Amino acid sequence: MKNQKYLLPAAAAGVLALTLSACTPPTGGGGGTATEDCSAYDTYGKHEGKTVSVYSTIVDTEATSLEESWAQFENCTGITVRYEGSKEFETQIGVRAQAGNAPDVAIFPQPGLLADQAKAGNLKPAPQKVSDLVDQNWSADWKKYGTVDGTFYASPMLANVKGYVWYAPKTFQDKGWEVPKTWDEMMTLTRTIADDGTMKPWCAGFESGEATGWPGTDWIEDVVLRAQGPEVYDQWVTHQIPFNDPRIVESFNDVGEILLNPDYVNGGFGDVRSILSTGFAQAGQPVLDGTCAMHHQASFQAANWPAGTNVAPDGDVWAFMTPPVDASKGTAITGGGEMIGAYKDTPEVQAYLAFMASSDFANNRVKLGGAISANKGLDPNNAQSELDKQSIELLQNPETVFRFDGADLMPGAVGSNSFWKGIVAWINGTPAQQVADSIESSWPKG
Amino acid sequence: MEFLGGKLLQVVIALAVFAAIIGLIMLLVDRAPKTVKDKVTVAGFLAPAAILMLVGLVYPAVRTSMLAFTDARGQANGMDNFVWMFTQPEAVTTLRNTVIWTVLVPLLSTVFGLAYAVFIDKARGERVLKALVFMPMAISFVGAGIIWKLVYDYRGPGIEQTGVLNYIRDALGLGPKQFLLDAPENTIFLIIVMVWIQTGFAMVVLSAAIKGVPTELIEAARLDGANPWQQFRNVTVPGIRGALVVVLTTITIATLKVFDIVRTMTAGNYDTSVVANEMYTQAFRAGEPGRGAALALVLFLLVLPIVVYNARVLRKQREIR
Repeated sequence: MKNQKYLLPAAAAGVLALTLSACTPPTGGGGGTATEDCSAYDTYGKHEGKTVSVYSTIVDTEATSLEESWAQFENCTGITVRYEGSKEFETQIGVRAQAGNAPDVAIFPQPGLLADQAKAGNLKPAPQKVSDLVDQNWSADWKKYGTVDGTFYASPMLANVKGYVWYAPKTFQDKGWEVPKTWDEMMTLTRTIADDGTMKPWCAGFESGEATGWPGTDWIEDVVLRAQGPEVYDQWVTHQIPFNDPRIVESFNDVGEILLNPDYVNGGFGDVRSILSTGFAQAGQPVLDGTCAMHHQASFQAANWPAGTNVAPDGDVWAFMTPPVDASKGTAITGGGEMIGAYKDTPEVQAYLAFMASSDFANNRVKLGGAISANKGLDPNNAQSELDKQSIELLQNPETVFRFDGADLMPGAVGSNSFWKGIVAWINGTPAQQVADSIESSWPKG
Repeated sequence: MEFLGGKLLQVVIALAVFAAIIGLIMLLVDRAPKTVKDKVTVAGFLAPAAILMLVGLVYPAVRTSMLAFTDARGQANGMDNFVWMFTQPEAVTTLRNTVIWTVLVPLLSTVFGLAYAVFIDKARGERVLKALVFMPMAISFVGAGIIWKLVYDYRGPGIEQTGVLNYIRDALGLGPKQFLLDAPENTIFLIIVMVWIQTGFAMVVLSAAIKGVPTELIEAARLDGANPWQQFRNVTVPGIRGALVVVLTTITIATLKVFDIVRTMTAGNYDTSVVANEMYTQAFRAGEPGRGAALALVLFLLVLPIVVYNARVLRKQREIR
């Protein structure tokens, strides 16, 4: 009978063991029958039964396409990619890493966030194979964006081109309006449309939850790059010149001529301040409704139009690149892209990273539509829309001056906090100089 | 379904583990030698709570206090974070808003809750009327924030309004208003959301307290010629004083910590930020854990006296009984 006294602790230990095994989350789909041709995937090896968890900002249909583009990789290598997309990624990734609950792989939408994580010692440097692939497939600029303090951490994934101005070609044709070739022409066109009176020239929406204000940072960056040139742009994002430098304040004022002018905004929504209460995804809608002529938004706006909208030079809606201030200096564009960094360096994670840096992934993903990449191995003919093709050609053109989204390169305290808040205050009536001073004072010291 | 089944299994296992651990402790305590049995029993039963307190409360509190005196790189920087807090205009606005919140929310919630509780007391359909006001309590702060954001939604003049309030304003010919953008009254519009939630809590607790006031006292007051206001003022209110204090302090603490409503509705923009929201923004979005920790420390110091007062009142009441 004495033995019974040990039964309870033994049972407790057993139950505990069960709990631990139950804590391992259930594995998703994947696996499946490998009937496809796997020869292209031999290089990644076999990792039967292994799992790679991936965390990113990408959700909804874009997430489905992303998962589809590595489905064959999963089938051929036996790796299950457990994907989790969250709009809260920017705030949660830091929390999760600090709490020791980091994913295996994180797809960073901002190099600044990547740098923060790398400096905090959370990320593993990229394997040599990934580094070689990036040398082969991307320009040195792109590799630089995945490098922190001389160590290469993250390969670029997809790209997007910012600074498109969306318009309805039919409206322009009916009214006899021409697509502007320079900034001055664009301002003249704006005046013409305002005088015409049938619609406001511009519509904008900066509301995006706690990231409210970010579409405005794109405006400022586009103008700094075009009006002040790439050198000033680089100095500005790396803080070699202060944020309240007169040239930056001048760029705020250039943008303000449009966004702060009640005659020019906000088609379909109301006055200047309605920019702040309008969601960025809905903000372009009035272009289709005929209550607004132009909408400034990145290439991904193509996905924000309602289903069935024809995006083409002769379709319902089309886009021109925000024109240069001085046309003789050539095209300069801003853009963005994701960086894939890893918190683990197991063989299956390394295989996954190598695949994501390859041109196979770029071609797979671009074929599914709604995405582009600056990967040189990407065939522009794989683009699923004329806009994507145009963007890929812009990105691959060696003549194009390309700069990464400035807010994404600034420290998190500025790029994903005070810059956004500054834009909000500025649209809400605070003078540009005061806004720039306030952002400058928030730049981390040292 | 598979997912739900897995979760249920985890819940069952977690409960089983809990029971097993408690059982294990009981067993071990029971087997202790007779001479030290009392001490072992006390230690055995206190240990789980004490360990959890140490790990989950004391350690983070100490660490946060230390963090409050460091910069973004973890280097000690003395009082810099506190200097920042009391000098930067935005940080000062944050503190000011927190004061407005903590004054208005407990006051309005309690007044409305008390008034409602008094008026519906012994009325027909009292339960239904109570449920109606209590229902917002069941909605999460984020949910309430989203609901009210839609209520306050704005479209320019001449465009069809999507928000109820602006629709009404338009119908009355007042023209639409940017409820969430116009400082400083936008803070009041956010406070309304919190009051909407907390009134139900105040009402339920106070209603129960009112029912505990002896009817003999009220009858005696009426026979002495007291009018209803005097009855309420001099009999009911003193009778429910304890409940009033609990309601006021509980809501005050909840309000000091308010975060979800502000983050959902304005993200702290337009001069509406409060300490808890700023704490999160600084620590996790701006990458300034030191500033976040400093704000957390200030928040803690603000809550502390209220908690102490609350505990003392409760203890005094227990002594009276």
